[in-house]
Amino acid sequence: MTVTAVLLGATQVLVVVALAPLLVGVMRRVRARLEGRVGPSVWQPWRDTRKLFRKERIRPMHTSWVFTVAPAVILSTTVVVVAACPLIATQATLGPVGDLFVVVYLLLLGTVALALAGLDPGTAFGGMGASREMTIAALAEPAVLLAVFALSVPAKSSNLGTIVAATIAAPERAVSPASLLALVAFLIVTLAEAGRLPVDNPTTHLELTMIHEAMVLEYAGPDLALVELGAAMRLTVLLGLIASLFIPFGIATSVTGGALVLGFSAFLVKVIALGVGLAVFEVFTAKLRLFRVPELLSVAFILAFLAVVVSFFLS
Amino acid sequence: MDWLLPLSGLQLVLDPLGAWFVLIVAIVGVAASVYGVGYASGETASRPVQVALPVFIAAMLLVPAAASVTSFLVFWELMALSSLVLVLSEHRSRPEVRGAGLWYAVMTHLGFLAVLGGLAFFADLAGGQSFSAMRAAGPGLSGLARAAVFALVLVGFGSKAGAVPLHVWLPRAHPEAPSHVSALMSGAMVKLGIYGLVRVVLDLLGGGPAWWGIVVVVVGGISALFGILHAMVSSDLKRLLAYSTTENIGIILVGVGAAMLFGAAGSPVLAAAVLAAALLHSLNHALFKGLLFMGAGSVLHATGTRDLDKMGGLLRRMPWTGALFGLGAVAIAALPPLNGFVSEWLLLQGLVRSFPASNTSIAVMVPIALGAIALTGGLAAAAFVKAFGVGFLAMPRSDEAAHAHESPWSMRTGMALLAAGCVALGVVPSLVLTLLAHALSAVRGVAAPDALGRDSWQLSVSGVGATLAPLLVAVALVVAFVGVAVAARVATRHPRRRTADNWGCGRVGQTPAMEYNATSFAEPVQRVFDDVLRPDLDLQVDHRTESSFFVDRVRYQAVIRDGTEQRIYDPVIKYVRRWGEVARGIQNGSVHRYLAYGLVTVVVVLVVAR
Repeated sequence: MTVTAVLLGATQVLVVVALAPLLVGVMRRVRARLEGRVGPSVWQPWRDTRKLFRKERIRPMHTSWVFTVAPAVILSTTVVVVAACPLIATQATLGPVGDLFVVVYLLLLGTVALALAGLDPGTAFGGMGASREMTIAALAEPAVLLAVFALSVPAKSSNLGTIVAATIAAPERAVSPASLLALVAFLIVTLAEAGRLPVDNPTTHLELTMIHEAMVLEYAGPDLALVELGAAMRLTVLLGLIASLFIPFGIATSVTGGALVLGFSAFLVKVIALGVGLAVFEVFTAKLRLFRVPELLSVAFILAFLAVVVSFFLS
Repeated sequence: MDWLLPLSGLQLVLDPLGAWFVLIVAIVGVAASVYGVGYASGETASRPVQVALPVFIAAMLLVPAAASVTSFLVFWELMALSSLVLVLSEHRSRPEVRGAGLWYAVMTHLGFLAVLGGLAFFADLAGGQSFSAMRAAGPGLSGLARAAVFALVLVGFGSKAGAVPLHVWLPRAHPEAPSHVSALMSGAMVKLGIYGLVRVVLDLLGGGPAWWGIVVVVVGGISALFGILHAMVSSDLKRLLAYSTTENIGIILVGVGAAMLFGAAGSPVLAAAVLAAALLHSLNHALFKGLLFMGAGSVLHATGTRDLDKMGGLLRRMPWTGALFGLGAVAIAALPPLNGFVSEWLLLQGLVRSFPASNTSIAVMVPIALGAIALTGGLAAAAFVKAFGVGFLAMPRSDEAAHAHESPWSMRTGMALLAAGCVALGVVPSLVLTLLAHALSAVRGVAAPDALGRDSWQLSVSGVGATLAPLLVAVALVVAFVGVAVAARVATRHPRRRTADNWGCGRVGQTPAMEYNATSFAEPVQRVFDDVLRPDLDLQVDHRTESSFFVDRVRYQAVIRDGTEQRIYDPVIKYVRRWGEVARGIQNGSVHRYLAYGLVTVVVVLVVAR
């Protein structure tokens, strides 16, 4: 790990912090247009954040310090993940921190913090959201780790920088059967981890279907802004990871001005394209019943498993 | 003539592998003893516990040092008996302790029989009962004999370790024992089952064919999943922790089994990596499970209940216990930056790096094992969110929980010692890597101790190409946390917090009955794994007499029995009982009849021995 890696990581954090609410705005806008509405401006999530920071901080009755620190924990795990993932440049991995297993478990740490915060006020909604979120997270875990496994086989490493560099060096790997199977598994899991349709509806406030919204119901003001920013950053970094792992072309492999500008623009284009794709997909998708979600996740698990097995038999 | 003296002929040799387990026992022993000062005073004070506890710890310290079959078995049995006394210590006040004690006594002695049979058979074939003689003869024995020894010791040590389906004593005995004893049993004693397996199968027998490894991986994977599923749906805090021990033993067994598998496939470096993960996880589990059992004991001490559905809000009433329990929960859920993550990472890396696999059995077993560990990890996170979130957060669900008090300093010190260990090994695992490398060097079939990189701040598996920098992860998390907190503080216009009521859809006032409890939290998982858990559900709705549209009372009951108990143990117990009834017929209390039995026996013996 060098100073360069730290600087690149910090740059990525700044870029993702700035981009994440914008991405959410773009996705809402695309959805609105496809549904025949005008929709809010793409800057609306940023305006909401600014507004929330001006509001008063509220501590719900019966809560402990867990509720107070949870937003910062969620956001800081996401920040570390952003700093450790090669989004703009392959060097930006904070050395050994940019290990795929570390990234997966850091994201799980954020999920656990949010679930505990959901339970803390002692309301029925918070508990319901926490219970559902942990169930889905538990079921998504095998698919994520097997997809990680499949990806790390050709590169002989689970370090993200190494995997991305290996794919760039041998571009045909990006379309190998193992890679494609792992991609689909990863996409499904991303929907679950980021709380998107058909697993969770980010715009709902209908009691029976909420997951993420149920957990954050008691948050208000600056705390809510942090939680929302964390969720948006999580979505951005997951899409960015998909971009880097499966279509890494354009990412900077050397730390020169030109390469970095190219890497930055490639990241921007890929993430926004993926986000728009996701928004279009969501327009045509209905939310699954909660107890159908395990079936979806087991599909992801089987695909990831096949990816691993294929990498053995076709190598 | 020295065979006449008691305990003569004992052979004690402490090698690095044994030393690793002595370290585990010693750490939990010290913490549990400090904790016991506060826990076992007042009404819970008991003289048998004061006597049996040091005997138990001493026996556990001597088991890894034994260097012959007889010495090993003497200490093994001493450990079993002293722990039985400890489990039974509260039998006067709570009758259910006796049933648990009976289960424990029977299971541990059946296990003892299997270990005795296996080791006696092995020693006979090896022509000597010292471990060095057996080590020399082990690899040269016939395949069938080696397989028989393997099967017997797997059953024997598996029952001590609490592997499925021999785990049934664990969720009974651990909850009923005093909590510092539970911590010792769960943290240290079950690890000696792992020790026995590693010692006999990998060291003395020198490893075996690939199917041994497959069997152990399968047993481990099933134990891990079965254990964590039952932990997830359990509302009794100590029972939850006991089932989670089965889960962690399963993870350790996956590591041990994978080491056998890789050893058989001729990759000693990988074998070293996964065995290192298994041994490191044994130590880590001792730290956080000891801590969690002590935390559960403090809660029991303060509220008199183990039922999560009667807890709640304890973090505000018992801030130290709550924070330490929370730390243990994060550690056991294998989340960074604590120690559970380090050993889980090492195990995952060891498994993943076996690809491209050298043979088909690895190509099939490794992804399945990885999937099982991943699902276990996810469910463990859910189970411990439940344990901490329902037990310590939100509103108290009973008067006892509302009037809970913090435990005395000695109990907090005991917990803090183990918590410090969790943090230290999570951030700087290199503290124990030298010891671990030595322990590995004492095992045959795994690579030289250099298999583990011993950089001062990072953990790497050389020849495997994986590096973890736990300190860096921790520093990055702390920097990010401070950065986020400062930035949020600067951006906030009104930093003072106002306490306000929860949002409640228009209802006024919130009661604990509105909270999610442990049962409802686990309900989605229970429904998803319906086929495995097979709950007995009972929903009873009472309507008001005036109208059937107004519900007066709803009663929901979910009874989840251990499936192995129903399907394996119940038939066996029934069978044994039937023969017991038959045997009762020949024993009617008449002295004349007994004298006749004696006469017949003497005649038979004389005829046979003629």
